[in-house]
Amino acid sequence: MNVRTQIPSLVMSRLLIAAITLVIVSFAVFFATALLPGDTATILLGQSATPEAIEGLRASMHLNDPAIIRFLKWIAGLFHGDFGTSYANNMPVASLIGGRFINTMKLAGLTAAISVPLALSLGITAAMWRGTLYDRLVTVATIGVISVPEFMIATLAVLLFAVYLKWLPALSFTSEIKSFSDVLRAYAMPVVTLTFGVSAQMIRMSRAAVAETLDTPYVEMALLKGASKPRLVLRHALPNALGPIANAVALSLSYLLGGVIIVETIFNYPGIAKLMVDAVSTRDLPLIQTCAMIFCLGYLLLTTMADIVAIMSNPRLT
Amino acid sequence: MTRASASSPVSGWFGYRINPVGLFGLAVVVFWAVVALLAPRFIPHSVGEIVDTDYFGPISRELWFGSDYLGRDMFSRIMMGARYTVGISLVAVILAGFSGIVLGMIAAVSGGWVDTILSRFLDALNSIPSKLFGLVVVAAVGSSIPVLIVTLSIIYTPGAFRFARALSVNINAMDFIVVARIRGESLLYLIRAEILPNILGPVLADLGLRFVFIVLLLSGLSFLGLGVQPPYADWGALVRENIGGLPFAAPAVILPSLAIASLTISVNLLIDNLPRKIRDRSSGS
Repeated sequence: MNVRTQIPSLVMSRLLIAAITLVIVSFAVFFATALLPGDTATILLGQSATPEAIEGLRASMHLNDPAIIRFLKWIAGLFHGDFGTSYANNMPVASLIGGRFINTMKLAGLTAAISVPLALSLGITAAMWRGTLYDRLVTVATIGVISVPEFMIATLAVLLFAVYLKWLPALSFTSEIKSFSDVLRAYAMPVVTLTFGVSAQMIRMSRAAVAETLDTPYVEMALLKGASKPRLVLRHALPNALGPIANAVALSLSYLLGGVIIVETIFNYPGIAKLMVDAVSTRDLPLIQTCAMIFCLGYLLLTTMADIVAIMSNPRLT
Repeated sequence: MTRASASSPVSGWFGYRINPVGLFGLAVVVFWAVVALLAPRFIPHSVGEIVDTDYFGPISRELWFGSDYLGRDMFSRIMMGARYTVGISLVAVILAGFSGIVLGMIAAVSGGWVDTILSRFLDALNSIPSKLFGLVVVAAVGSSIPVLIVTLSIIYTPGAFRFARALSVNINAMDFIVVARIRGESLLYLIRAEILPNILGPVLADLGLRFVFIVLLLSGLSFLGLGVQPPYADWGALVRENIGGLPFAAPAVILPSLAIASLTISVNLLIDNLPRKIRDRSSGS
């Protein structure tokens, strides 16, 4: 069997699985929101509305159609860039999301740019000096960060930087950004909080990946032939751990999606997660559906990427 | 964990050896369990009673944990909060564990299309970020304690399924299963008498970690105002209520977070330091 042909077919099957998953997920999101007890039209118009008014609104919103038809219409709309109209303020969902999506991507991008180099260097060095005090400190710190809720990291960051050190404003997002230092002040707290959570995951996984490679016979061989510790890690172990490390990076970045929901709410950051949390409290279903689909798509993209990287970097397949 | 091998083991119950770090974790977990059970009997003030003339009061001899944004006793509120945080999470993890493990064993033993459909569907469920799933459900049906329990258990069923299935697949390939099949045993007998006893240890350890995730998610949802609703308050809701005290570094906002951290970190320590015998019954995944 020709091993070279295996990679494209494995990647294709992974992409196919991702596509099927996306269909199931959109199904789940739509029906979770369509199962709303009580009638959407009644909720929108309030208890005192006349039956005729409710019936009229139902007809104009196509609520009388069977759920499956509404689902297909909704999916078709998504493909055309028509995300529906917000219940709360009658604005097209697309225009509500636009700018906020970019804000969230800025936050995520900045966090990734800081946490990836930071976490990888900490994870790899911890694996390099396994069993030392440094390694134990890093391990205990990452377990600590992983096992506390994100809002606790955020509140501790506020306490430290805003209350005790008074470097940054607490719990406010300044809309007037004039200079570079304003940008720094606005983004510092959310980015620091997110970086903590994401890095902890990444340090744990990259440390495990490198440690596992360091346990292999060929690394022991290199040790016996007298290679120095940095050479052992950087030249012998690291190239073979690249796949698992890239996998770890992609998986950790998917934790961002959960993190931004809390962080944007705490710091009042005008991003898409804050928009969604607000939409949940007003029960603005079209907005929730679209935001949920964006999140699921992002999550699925990252996890699929992690899987594909793992397939591509498996030396037994190339 | 390097930590486990570093500390010297002491004798535990049932002939297992648990090291001091694990015992410490166990002690904290038992402490919170007892608090959750007995809280109404020993709290000094009723949770709704306003006892302090000032709000966000500091720690004092009368009010051990200070007072909250209305001047209510924080100590009583945190002790009562343990009931919701521990109780809801515990019920949810039991439900998730039960359904995940049963489905996982069924998938592994049946194989074929049953396995494919179950795996594909639960994997798809797993690819919805957990907080998002919680948000969508709360948006759709509103938040109440039963809804929270069911939602949390649905969110964490796929993980338990995946873990139990991976272990069961290994067991399923063993000779005694083949023998049992040839004897003509039913599916129910196979999963109950042959598979379950062989995966129980690691699966329970895995459920412990899942309990931590559930506590974190529940606290996160409550913090967003979408979890436990007033007049009840779990630890996440207590942080949310008192977030206004953050600029004054009020104990009312810090202590509930610390309570969550003490519970989750202890469970992690306990699971990490469980005896090998329980944790790695079969070395799979």
